[in-house]
Amino acid sequence: MNFDLTAEQLEAKENFESFAKTCIEPYARQMDSRQETPDEVLSSLKQGGYLGANISEQYGGKGWDSMILSFLHEEIGKSCSSIRSLLTVHGMVAYAIQKWGSPEQKKRWLPDLASGVKTGAFALTEKDAGSDASALRTEAAQDELGYIINGAKKWTTYGQTADLLLVFARLEGEITAFIVEGSASGITRTAVTGLLGLRGSMTADLTFENCRIPKENLLGRKGAGLSHVVQFCLDYGRFSIACGCVGIAQASLEASLRYSGERKQFERTLIEHQLIQKMITEMEVHTSAARLLCRQAAYSRDTLHPDCVLQTWKAKYFASITASQAAKDAVQIHGANGCSSLYPVERYMRDAKIMEIIEGTNQIHELMISSYTFGQFK
Amino acid sequence: MEQSKAKIKMFLSRFFKSRELQDEDDIFALGFVNSLFAMQLVMFLEKEFNIVMEPGDLDIDHFRTIKAIVNFVDSKADVNVS
Repeated sequence: MNFDLTAEQLEAKENFESFAKTCIEPYARQMDSRQETPDEVLSSLKQGGYLGANISEQYGGKGWDSMILSFLHEEIGKSCSSIRSLLTVHGMVAYAIQKWGSPEQKKRWLPDLASGVKTGAFALTEKDAGSDASALRTEAAQDELGYIINGAKKWTTYGQTADLLLVFARLEGEITAFIVEGSASGITRTAVTGLLGLRGSMTADLTFENCRIPKENLLGRKGAGLSHVVQFCLDYGRFSIACGCVGIAQASLEASLRYSGERKQFERTLIEHQLIQKMITEMEVHTSAARLLCRQAAYSRDTLHPDCVLQTWKAKYFASITASQAAKDAVQIHGANGCSSLYPVERYMRDAKIMEIIEGTNQIHELMISSYTFGQFK
Repeated sequence: MEQSKAKIKMFLSRFFKSRELQDEDDIFALGFVNSLFAMQLVMFLEKEFNIVMEPGDLDIDHFRTIKAIVNFVDSKADVNVS
């Protein structure tokens, strides 16, 4: 693995950083307090082509490889985790269609997802189906016209606004993926407010009551929903979140450096106090380590190594813990100011906690990583 | 075909360390694989044999035994050539 970035990678990284600072960061606090995503931010994302980040150029996307995507998700995650979560779920839907869609489905949906004419959301979780996705109960019934979906989904990120929902339901008992247009009849969206973090991510609970979709909208194959579509989507989601967590950790570090270089107590700046130095050191080293795990995952994804799945689990596990600890320490360094929304670190802390839960809780990661590691040892 | 079989056996041996897999052993019935195995298998086959899995290929019977996987890979290679 080469640690030097190419000229193309460096340019992309700088572009993402500049875009995030100019077009995302100024809105982050407002998104958190108002619990919504402003149209201006969406327009900027569309204009920059960022919604087509992982979609092939053949369909109007950017076709960026995983290394470039890791920079994008880190830089956006550094500015605003809610917007990073939009890139995550939209990207998961695009990835699913690109990977498992028929030629007709790709032609029909991918150009609109790439341009942002349509945004996507991933509807898997249900009241009794969280870590155990196999417990989902939403049903799809087939008739001569297509499929009729009945059931309810929870915590759907950008579920309030998405134009295209990737919905998982049981078809004759087997978990299957369906592409559901947001305009289909029988869908009710209920905004979820008061969340701990990712408050700008337009989260919704969705109900499907005799929601009718055409037969062309089954994605993949009956019964391949969980084993293939979900697994590939969540793997992409974990990668995106891991990189976003590095962004949160980096933002926490930079906020702490700024604050501790200015704030004086006992006639010395905070950074001159050794216990503050310890926290800064840990933030810096852990953030670097998390970034390296993300780059290792990106490298193995780009070289199509089957171990990229494990590398991604490891990156998401470590990066989410790092983000959470770094944000917590940043609040500690800021003292009472850190508990106020005048400083961004309390938002980082709330957002970071969510990262230890979504796309597999850290406990599920521990089960998967230890099981895989033990399997390799035997 | 023998070369394909050797590569597939080598890949699967990472998951079945304590057992010598036979050509017709049912991989899924043996219980050594977890929910991520299907994904890793797809990625391995696509990379190693330069094939692209399509929705119609997602039939568990294509991947149940070493023999079935070899037959599947060879049939995909034939399609790519023709």
